[in-house]
Amino acid sequence: MLGIPDPWVATAYLGCILMAIVSLIYGLVRRNAAPDEITPVDRDWAIEERKADHDL
Amino acid sequence: MTEQSGLGWIDILVILLYLIATGYLGWLGYRGTRSAADFLVGGRSAHPVIMAISYGATFISTAAIVGFGGVAGLFGMSLLWLTFLNIGVGIFIAFVFLGEPTRRMGHRLGAHTFGELLGLRYQSRAVQIFAGTLVFLFMPLYSAAVMTGGSIFAATQFGIDFEVALLIFALITAAYVVPGGLKAVMYTDTLQGFVMIAAMIFLLWFTYSQLGGVGEAHRFLTDMADMVPAKLQAIGHQGWTEMPVFGWGSNSYNLWWIVVSTIILGVGIGVLAQPQLAVRFMTVRSRRELDRAVPIGAVFIMLMTGTPFIVGSLSNAWFAQHGPLLNGQVEQVIDADTDRAMVALMRQNDVGAWTPILGKDKKPAVVPLIITTREQAADASGQGFELVSGRSSIITYVKGEADQVIPTFISTALPRWFGIIFFLAMLAAAMSTMSSQFHTIGTAAGRDLYEQISRKPHGSEPSLLAMRLAVVVGLLVAVTISYTVREGYVIARFTAIFFGLCAAAFMPAYIGGLFFRGVTRAGALASMSVGFGVSAFWLVFIKAKEAGTIGLVQLVTGGKPSLLADAPNWPVVDPIVVALPLSALTLILVSAFTRKPDEAHLAQCFTPRRRARATAS
Repeated sequence: MLGIPDPWVATAYLGCILMAIVSLIYGLVRRNAAPDEITPVDRDWAIEERKADHDL
Repeated sequence: MTEQSGLGWIDILVILLYLIATGYLGWLGYRGTRSAADFLVGGRSAHPVIMAISYGATFISTAAIVGFGGVAGLFGMSLLWLTFLNIGVGIFIAFVFLGEPTRRMGHRLGAHTFGELLGLRYQSRAVQIFAGTLVFLFMPLYSAAVMTGGSIFAATQFGIDFEVALLIFALITAAYVVPGGLKAVMYTDTLQGFVMIAAMIFLLWFTYSQLGGVGEAHRFLTDMADMVPAKLQAIGHQGWTEMPVFGWGSNSYNLWWIVVSTIILGVGIGVLAQPQLAVRFMTVRSRRELDRAVPIGAVFIMLMTGTPFIVGSLSNAWFAQHGPLLNGQVEQVIDADTDRAMVALMRQNDVGAWTPILGKDKKPAVVPLIITTREQAADASGQGFELVSGRSSIITYVKGEADQVIPTFISTALPRWFGIIFFLAMLAAAMSTMSSQFHTIGTAAGRDLYEQISRKPHGSEPSLLAMRLAVVVGLLVAVTISYTVREGYVIARFTAIFFGLCAAAFMPAYIGGLFFRGVTRAGALASMSVGFGVSAFWLVFIKAKEAGTIGLVQLVTGGKPSLLADAPNWPVVDPIVVALPLSALTLILVSAFTRKPDEAHLAQCFTPRRRARATAS
């Protein structure tokens, strides 16, 4: 297949493409599925992170 | 062997323009929204393309492209299993299963480093100090791999000495990471990601089209199986489109264990416990952003690792068809029908007589050649002989040095303008990864080590000084390692060591801590100690390549490079195969028999999202 006689290597070759397709489908299906909101905890964390980043 | 031309003024101009564009973009970002945290603070969302490519650019470096691409040139397309794991584990499993729990726990506990996340989860300063120490001590090894990859490429592309290239690379890195690069400017990362994408797409298209298309290229490479060097055949290499021979108990299975345990498992699984990548999940705004980043990240990683692994392997076919002609005298016929033979290489001396070319062992270099012409010639003693000319696999041209495969292919096969673009892509890959590495080194030294040992508060002046000093020390150590160690496929090996070490020391405690309430402080500490201890022991005393270089094992064994030197296969098995299961087992057993964390703390770590929102409001 594809000029690659070893099924293990051919599987890896096609598996990479398949895995990318699975990821594409996952992204499309789950595009708006999860909630998207920022809690005060998230915000506090980000402020501290920005400060640490700035200091460094 | 490559035709090298020095660094021309146009090259310098293009590189400078690129650096200025990067700097300008960074400055623009610095004035406004510059990091993932800024997006979060502002209550806005980074575009998923920016988020995913920025993550991918941190993930992929010159180590993957030059180092592992070069290993594919030596060992073949079996390395595509690593690309499969990079997408399946490094992107899919990491984003879908680990991203959200890491983000939520990190935010709830107020963790800003990987060590801090573990330390706060297990309520243990020792855990945090342990994790910070490992990161601070061993991440420079990974940085050195990235730096070596970039420097080797620059040296080959521009025909300059490695030492000069390393110095320039180190200066560019210092200029980038010390004043501003650490701010994780997402737009800069994204620009770098797009440069890398463009370079990889062109490289893949060019290589396949030069070799007559996908099927034809693979078929030609498959037919080259008899050109595999005898040394590699002896350890199980069956050709560049075949897996190595699998088995246990004979040295002829060594390559399978090298490829599968070190290259594929070590790096493919180890990515899950990479401190600099785990921390990035905390900078994500929400689960939705993680979901949306999966497809872009997957395609990006497929291009960034799949391309160099395929091109690295196919470079053997390209050199066999289009490489510079080599000359010599037939030693042994491999296949009379296809006119392939083992040929003792020769060159003409000043007076026109043909003399043998000597290999590293001072014996005449004998390599497999696809013969194209035959003619009569005379050797140094005036004796007549049949001189043959032909081409070989890239392994011959790079003298077996895997790290030279990709740079040599680019500088020989591709147009000069692409060499410059590819160099910029390499620079981009290195910079985006190294800014993240040095950020992690700095915060590990400041927050995980200095603040925990001295019990000083976050952000105190000495702690900031410790962070900055650690960045400079890390950079110097990485440059020193790059300068000192260069033999073998060192880029891939250094990367695999760091990834494997992180997997064995951190993965059970990290994943256990995210998903299981019953994992205890003692369990985590014991697991980390066992994971690190076994890995270190294996690297110093068992794994022949590393143990032999470190040199301690020779004192014990009287000169042998491994305690198990006489037991086939063991000296090439990666530490991760032994250390990770032991580390996981230790976590389970010790946690089962030690005091559980108190419920209040577990509630803080694991409160369901709905309850967390109610609490927060």
